[in-house]
Amino acid sequence: MRDRVWIYSGLAVFVAVLTCPFWYALARAHAASRPPQLVLPANQTQCVAPVSFMRASHMQMLLDWREDVVRRDDHRFVAYDGKIYQKSLTRTCLGCHSKQQFCDRCHAYTGVSGPYCWDCHNDPRHLAAGVTPEAQSMRAGGFDRTQSMLSHFPKLTTSSPTSRQPEQTAAGRTP
Amino acid sequence: MKITRKDFLRLSGLSVLAAGAVRTFEAAKAAGQSAIRPLRGSGGAPRKQLAMAIDLRKCRQRPGCDLCMKACRDAHNVPVIADPRHEVKWIWNAPFAEVFPLEQSAYTERNYTGSPLPVLCNHCDEPACVRVCPTGATWKRSEDGIVMMDWHRCIGCKYCMVACPYEARSFNFVDPRPYIEHINSDFPTRSMGVVEKCNFCAERLAAGKQPACVEACPANAIAFGDSSDPNSPVCLALSASFSLRRKPELGTGPNVHSIV
Ligand code: SF4
Ligand code: SF4
Repeated sequence: MRDRVWIYSGLAVFVAVLTCPFWYALARAHAASRPPQLVLPANQTQCVAPVSFMRASHMQMLLDWREDVVRRDDHRFVAYDGKIYQKSLTRTCLGCHSKQQFCDRCHAYTGVSGPYCWDCHNDPRHLAAGVTPEAQSMRAGGFDRTQSMLSHFPKLTTSSPTSRQPEQTAAGRTP
Repeated sequence: MKITRKDFLRLSGLSVLAAGAVRTFEAAKAAGQSAIRPLRGSGGAPRKQLAMAIDLRKCRQRPGCDLCMKACRDAHNVPVIADPRHEVKWIWNAPFAEVFPLEQSAYTERNYTGSPLPVLCNHCDEPACVRVCPTGATWKRSEDGIVMMDWHRCIGCKYCMVACPYEARSFNFVDPRPYIEHINSDFPTRSMGVVEKCNFCAERLAAGKQPACVEACPANAIAFGDSSDPNSPVCLALSASFSLRRKPELGTGPNVHSIV
């Protein structure tokens, strides 16, 4: 029993090494646990559904809206409080929310980069801020197709659908 | 009653024959019914079908005019791509010989060279594009006959482009956004890899407006409306003048008419 101290200290080191990834992850999560700074609309106090529902199910609601508008020509949404809204991502959602300060921040924080809404749908605020760099270079004469094709490769590899927009690449991953 | 083996076989044979005859008769009846099926709708009021009549006589007065096409591009974020292999078309100009190959003569060549001849998706009665689409991304809307597209669902297989006899569909070989001069934020752009075409301005109709091309034409050359309503602008225009449709012999039932 002379080696007891060696055996126990060896075991302790072994357990520590074995579990270190967990401690590391915990420490990191603690450091990064500041929630994203979402900018809420100034002109409204209530979304089309209660916050808890929107947080959990906004994606399902957007899919339902999409089916209704595209497939059933049904554009009228009656909210739980009886208010009428237009089923429109651009007009209704982005009418209040800022894509970059609301959608993007939360999606970046949660690491959800899946939906490729912005490949086609437009952010009116972003468009108002200025034309796309490609359009500018095209208007300046000599739009380079190779450049345009090359700009797609980061998109294919990182699945960041809006890599062509400078602000969003700077902000990291975007929904 | 005692039944002999021979009688039993005879009876079985007869019943098989009788059953076969009934089925054949029913099938023949069904076939006969479908052969005399009315052109559209089934009984009662004819089904609503939106249609368009383009008065080329008015277009000929305005050589080089492309206001309808411009209005469409602006409304729907249609890119302008110079490379004909990558071009995206909703409503465009085509030579008379290409639009009405069988009607081409020295006179049509003289009259139509250099004058606009707008063509677009015909929102066919029997759309070939819809029959081939494997995903249901394109379908004929039963309420008004518009051949719709759901770009979310299009996988870019291009079957529909092959099926459409009017080249009314375009594929996005490149990201269209850099080629759109002013993006209309109210309407989505498309992404690389989907097919697109004219939608008869379904989004404007939903808001109670006329199609963008109809509204943009300063000569009122484009009449639009329900072809099942004899008092609609399109029916009035068509009953007053002689018109042609593109390749009606194919049985697609095109709903865009050209008044020549
Ligand atoms: S013109 Fe072509 S795309 Fe349009 S409905 Fe007919 S077949 Fe389909
Ligand atoms: S390209 Fe798209 S719309 Fe055309 S047949 Fe394929 S899935 Fe359907």
